[in-house]
Amino acid sequence: MGRFIVRRIIGMILVMFAVSILTFLIFQVIPNGDPAVRMAGKNSTPTQIAAIRDTWHFNDPIYEQYVYTMKQVFTGSLISYSDQTNVWQEIKKGLPRTFALGIGAAIIWMVLGVSLGLYSAVRSGGFSDRLLTVLALIGVSMPVFWVGALMSYYLGYKFGWFPNGGYTEIAQGGFGQWIYHLILPWTALAILFVGVYSRILRSNILDTINDDYVRTARAKGISERQVLIRHVLRNSLIPIITLWGLDFGLVIGGGAVLTESVFNLQGVGQYFAEAIGRLDVPPVLEVTILGAFFIVLLNTVVDIVYALLDPRIRLGS
Amino acid sequence: MTEPILVIDHLKVDFQTDEGTVHAVDDVSLSLAPGEVLAIVGESGSGKSVTAMSLLGLNRGPNARFTGTAMYKGTELLSASNDDLRKIRGAEIAMIFQDPMTSLNPVQRIGDQIAEQILAHEKLSKAQVRDRVVELMERVGIPRAAERARSYPHEFSGGMRQRVMIALALSCSPNVLIADEPTTALDVTIQAQILERIKDLKEETGTAIILVTHDLGVVADIADRIAVMYGGRIVEQGTVDEIFYDPQHPYTWGLLGSITRVDRPRGERLPSIAGLPPSLLDPPAGCHFRARCPHEFPKCLEVPPLEDRGCGHADRCWLTVEEKRAKREVRPGEIGLANKEEVAPV
Amino acid sequence: MASIDSAETGFSTDLPPEIAAEERRAPGSGPWRIALRRLRRNKVALVFGVVFVLLVALSLSAPLYAKHIAHTTPYKNRIADTITVHGQQKNIVDFDGTPIGPTWTKQYFLGADRNGRDVMVRLLYGGRTSLLIGFGASLITLVLATFFGLMAGFFGGWIDAIISRCFDVMWAFPVILLGVALGVSLNLGGITVGPLSLKGGSLWIPTIIIGISYVVYLGRPIRGQVLQLREKEFIEAARAQGLGPWRIMFSELLPNLASTLLVFFPLIVANAVLLEAALSFLGAGVQPPEPSWGVMISEGVDLLTTAPWLTIAPGLMLVLTVLSLNIFGEGVRDALDPRAKIRMEH
Ligand SMILES: Nc1ncnc2c1ncn2[C@@H]1O[C@H](COP(=O)(O)OP(=O)(O)OP(=O)(O)O)[C@@H](O)[C@H]1O
Ligand SMILES: [Mg+2]
Repeated sequence: MGRFIVRRIIGMILVMFAVSILTFLIFQVIPNGDPAVRMAGKNSTPTQIAAIRDTWHFNDPIYEQYVYTMKQVFTGSLISYSDQTNVWQEIKKGLPRTFALGIGAAIIWMVLGVSLGLYSAVRSGGFSDRLLTVLALIGVSMPVFWVGALMSYYLGYKFGWFPNGGYTEIAQGGFGQWIYHLILPWTALAILFVGVYSRILRSNILDTINDDYVRTARAKGISERQVLIRHVLRNSLIPIITLWGLDFGLVIGGGAVLTESVFNLQGVGQYFAEAIGRLDVPPVLEVTILGAFFIVLLNTVVDIVYALLDPRIRLGS
Repeated sequence: MTEPILVIDHLKVDFQTDEGTVHAVDDVSLSLAPGEVLAIVGESGSGKSVTAMSLLGLNRGPNARFTGTAMYKGTELLSASNDDLRKIRGAEIAMIFQDPMTSLNPVQRIGDQIAEQILAHEKLSKAQVRDRVVELMERVGIPRAAERARSYPHEFSGGMRQRVMIALALSCSPNVLIADEPTTALDVTIQAQILERIKDLKEETGTAIILVTHDLGVVADIADRIAVMYGGRIVEQGTVDEIFYDPQHPYTWGLLGSITRVDRPRGERLPSIAGLPPSLLDPPAGCHFRARCPHEFPKCLEVPPLEDRGCGHADRCWLTVEEKRAKREVRPGEIGLANKEEVAPV
Repeated sequence: MASIDSAETGFSTDLPPEIAAEERRAPGSGPWRIALRRLRRNKVALVFGVVFVLLVALSLSAPLYAKHIAHTTPYKNRIADTITVHGQQKNIVDFDGTPIGPTWTKQYFLGADRNGRDVMVRLLYGGRTSLLIGFGASLITLVLATFFGLMAGFFGGWIDAIISRCFDVMWAFPVILLGVALGVSLNLGGITVGPLSLKGGSLWIPTIIIGISYVVYLGRPIRGQVLQLREKEFIEAARAQGLGPWRIMFSELLPNLASTLLVFFPLIVANAVLLEAALSFLGAGVQPPEPSWGVMISEGVDLLTTAPWLTIAPGLMLVLTVLSLNIFGEGVRDALDPRAKIRMEH
């Protein structure tokens, strides 16, 4: 276990190193206009531009620029090109919002996905199963930003049942307002995953239910309910739980950018989207590295949890 | 003769499928006396497992239809409610399955899996259950049982897993033990050990056993009576001596010719019967064995009845006793009961 | 990350005994024939397959519709014009900026957007763009993933190590962030790599970005399958015959991967269409005034309160396209490999 974790941490560092280099290079190679010219503004003199180049180290060799930038990333002192704010401070403002969105949605999609998947499997072949299958497939096929936009228009603007976007801190508006503002984003983000999870769980259950050990369990004389919960559901849930960790990593690590933008939640994803619109490289770089960090971290956690849940898996193999 | 503990009468099992109806079991009647070992022998697909599982309702489903009766101590098993069946499963009738590699839950500890069955039928404290589990595992020959009870199935070999399955089956001292090919998936030497263990247990506990297998050689030493199945039907039934020394059905002759003996390595099987078993979806009219039978004649287009040739030795064949005597190639006693010495001692 | 692979479970269907039985009964017909027969029996999948074909045909006929029915182009602004609908003179775009709603007539069938452009015409042209990108990107994914998966799985050693590490990095990359970053900057500046030169706004930009994004999701399963196939006898035989590695890869291994690729392809197209819409919505995909469904939704959202049809119409087309691909794709998968476990990340 200890060796596994050490190895994975080294692996994480290497992957993030690769991600940072790639992201850094992408913005060096692509001719997107000289940032110094944009920063200096319209009526600037060549000397002003040269001065900016100097202070921002744009004239250094590229590897030095990389090292310099990474140092700033890890000391939290990276500065945005466009408005000279501290990137880490801005990210810190967005993180609680992104986490609030991701965690809430993850809970919703897990709970709904598992209940609907179980229900479908138990009723497999029946009318409700088919209806749920169709709904799940529709859910999987809908772009989140479109659903989000329609939800906030109809449920928020037209009927006025929910706020029309925005985020309220718990400290400001209280717990109720916080939830009230997040219900629509949570739902919009969860719809896709509910569809995916319920379908996967349903088919896992239907696979497992024909497994030999389930027949053994039935032959023991325990109730059908116990067979279903202790053997079928338990074993079918293991892959779902690992998937949950991976998807949560993806959502936190950038996957929520569309939802955040549509509902104007001002999370990290939206910060990223706005920064890229201004070709503001530092925030883009730092958010991407942070996203990769979450994804790799959750991957590792999932590996460990998987090994704990399924004794056949050996860590490190 | 003592009163039988289990009587199966005209059991028929059909499965509805997209392609049509599969007649998996067709008119099977059997009885089992207390303490008796009944072997059901037949090729793959002959309906042995379906017969066995029907008794415990393990293959019930929307596409399955059961007719006939199976009486166990005053309960009709085929029509019993799931609740009534549940009280019988494990406690009164226990089952060992074909494939020990997949028959245990891979993510639960062995001990817990045995304990689950005990707790389903008896009110015992945790410590009592634990002691019982360890005792059971020791009884089936698992070394360091207390420690091994905490292991997971993948840490066990096939033979050890089948021992666990036997311990599981015996945990509530059932009156009937159904063993569905308990040794097919195992090595020859392990096979002998497991069979020996089952035999010992039978002598210790007096449990009646239905032993399902496709290998006549396996049952010679352990069974009291044998029922030979083919294409969903019983084609011959009788005591071990009757089947081995005086086989009546051409299919049984073929089976005896392809016997595996424990002392012979697996690869050296004698030639088995040519041809394929019949499809149970649209089975051929008449005798199911007709297509592969070297002695087929026009009469075989009708289904032969299971005719008793005296004292419970019955067979389904239109040939007369005299014709059979002339035609069978296996001379009585030529390949017969494996001697005691031939079974490798454990 | 080896153990993660086993967590990549996905949609799968149960294999009911009747299908298993069907397989056993039809030894003569090849796997492709069986698959086709199963697909033909799956009416729902077929219906949605037809729906998808219709959607493609409709999108391809966009220029015909624009020229002969709507008499306009997808780019033509008519902000200041008026048209006559059912005898009434109406502004195409009102003074407060609200465009005219669906007229259900030849012109402005689905209304106008804020620049007075015909939404129906743009919808069809947009579909053409979205589908083109979806298909193009999926082909890129298919080719790259097959190539790298084959190389890694077949050669093993350091080639596998390098490719697998690259897959790890791609796996860890926040795909949508990378896509947006690349899309925005490439669209602004264009790029020249050797003889290849892409102008900003070129449709190749989103196509390539999306194509590369999905490589890892297909490449990993292919590598896994090749690793298994490599040990099979027919590969050994090919080696023994002295076939070179490339011959073996492309004439022996590739045909065995065909069913996997076929199963994945519709699902990748569906996801590529969705990702195109997402990138365009964030301004990183197709660039206005070029229409695509994502671009149209993104333009429509600003006018959601006054002209909801601008958002609803392209969204519905998108959902219908992706839905029909998903359902048809599932039908293909069930037909080819009922036990397949496949999942696409979004
Ligand atoms: N649930 C079911 N639905 C449809 N057909 C079934 C079902 N269960 C069993 N069958 C069919 O019934 C026939 C008899 O099967 P059974 O499992 O009893 O054979 P067996 O004698 O035990 O063979 P084996 O030695 O392979 O275990 C087979 O053709 C099988 O395909
Ligand atoms: Mg069987």
